[in-house]
Amino acid sequence: MKRLISLTLLLSIFLTACGASSAPTPASAAEAPTLAPTEAPPTATPEPEPQTLTVFAAASLTDAFIEIGAAFDAANPGVTTTFNFGGSQTLRTQIEEGAPVDVFASANAKEMDTLVTDNFVTADIAQVFLTNKLVVILPADNPAALEKLEDLANPGIKLVLAAEEVPVGKYSRQAFDLMDASFGTGFKDKVLANVVSNEDNVKQVVAKVQLGEADAGIVYTSDAIAAPDLKTIEIPADLNVIAKYPIAPLVNSENTELAAQFIEYVLSAEGQSVLAKWGFAPIK
Amino acid sequence: MTNSRKLFSRFFGEGYSKWIFLLPSLILLAFFALPIIALAYRSIAPDFFENALSQQSFQALKLSLVTSSITTLIAVALGTPLAYLLARWKFRFKAWLELILDLPIVLPPSVAGLALLIAFGRRGLFGAFLNDIGISIPFTTTAVIMAQMFVAAPLYVRSARIGFAHIDKQLEESAYVEGANQWQLFYEVMIPIAIRALASGAILTWTRALGEFGATILFAGNLEGVTQTMPIAIYIGFERNLGVAMALSVVLILVSVILLLITKQLDKEEE
Repeated sequence: MKRLISLTLLLSIFLTACGASSAPTPASAAEAPTLAPTEAPPTATPEPEPQTLTVFAAASLTDAFIEIGAAFDAANPGVTTTFNFGGSQTLRTQIEEGAPVDVFASANAKEMDTLVTDNFVTADIAQVFLTNKLVVILPADNPAALEKLEDLANPGIKLVLAAEEVPVGKYSRQAFDLMDASFGTGFKDKVLANVVSNEDNVKQVVAKVQLGEADAGIVYTSDAIAAPDLKTIEIPADLNVIAKYPIAPLVNSENTELAAQFIEYVLSAEGQSVLAKWGFAPIK
Repeated sequence: MTNSRKLFSRFFGEGYSKWIFLLPSLILLAFFALPIIALAYRSIAPDFFENALSQQSFQALKLSLVTSSITTLIAVALGTPLAYLLARWKFRFKAWLELILDLPIVLPPSVAGLALLIAFGRRGLFGAFLNDIGISIPFTTTAVIMAQMFVAAPLYVRSARIGFAHIDKQLEESAYVEGANQWQLFYEVMIPIAIRALASGAILTWTRALGEFGATILFAGNLEGVTQTMPIAIYIGFERNLGVAMALSVVLILVSVILLLITKQLDKEEE
């Protein structure tokens, strides 16, 4: 007991010395020295009404939207744009389950259309703001010595794709259908037999290839640009699938004006040039 | 202390003081119970059985049960001697050993997954060597078991260690007087006495392994029938079809409840 008391005292003294703003919970009221309540720091003079804009965006948009968000915040004092990046299908489910969101940017029309059907987004309000296409990525040292697209069918290579539920995973499989017709039937089956994991979003595919766990992965061109340490194999236009990204404000948004401003900014010359920088094909 | 209690009851009366305990307890209990109830309630739909018994969920359940059972067996086989040693032997750096064992319990599973990948991945510290001799662990069922081992086995070791530590020292001495050797003492005296602690530790490890998600998806990935366990199927299913995810969740809850009931029974017998 004696030790406990001295420990408590010691702790209290230590905390007082540190100028802790909150009083420690004393083990016994009598023993602990009372701490004078510290003055609250003077609050800064209020700036323009602080506003928060919440944007849910496809994982592939991560780098570009962080940059656009910073520029948008700088141009609009008092505004803080926060992002939630993830597979578009995850974001769509979160929105349906009541996540408070102002703007949704999807990597495919399907998730946006579902939200329109379920009255989370007004019909015909969504606008395509960029396109993206697929590319094969390889670790820098290319452990499986892949040279061309056909090599994806080499038996035993470790291929990582996004899951079929993820837009880029769906597009990858559509591209395999096109390749199947071009390289001979059985190509798609051989490639799919090489899949060792169906990742939850496109950035996970990039990560597995960067770590060298996978011999190859299929992602968007923009993801390959965001990871310059990786090798790539281009997919020719006739075998590629063009992803169209729609953006829209949410019906339940409490910042409709700000949401419209953000979308306008994404579609503006500045916004589009940032997107182009990160490897997307701008619309304008 | 008595003074303040008197003061308190003078102000609030004895009847109110009960609520000091009841109200926070009820809030916390409701917080735990409501999500489970909501999940069960919403999963009741005509297609529940179709969802719960689909090919994908069957494969995931099978993989989960097989991997978590193997994990538990390995944890018992390697963890029992370790727990015994920690409980009965005195040696230097023991506190550090115990810290290493407690760390996986408090670490976020994503850290565990990343650490496993950095250690046993193809470019990993040890994985590179394994890769040279033709063994590649990530994206395999072995990786699933390793992820579960990492996060769940410490629970068994901890429970077993406490079980062994509670055994009376005198018993050990009298066993030696009777002429028992180390192994006989361990196998014929210690194990039977600590058996309930061992069993409840094993079940804890099993339930934890059954629910492992974060380390698995990072280290083992997601492939149906190979690495897609129940929690991962639920996470992926959540994005495609909420019905499947909810049906799987209810199945997983039921399995966990059964395992926990067994643990409860074991604890009760001990008392």
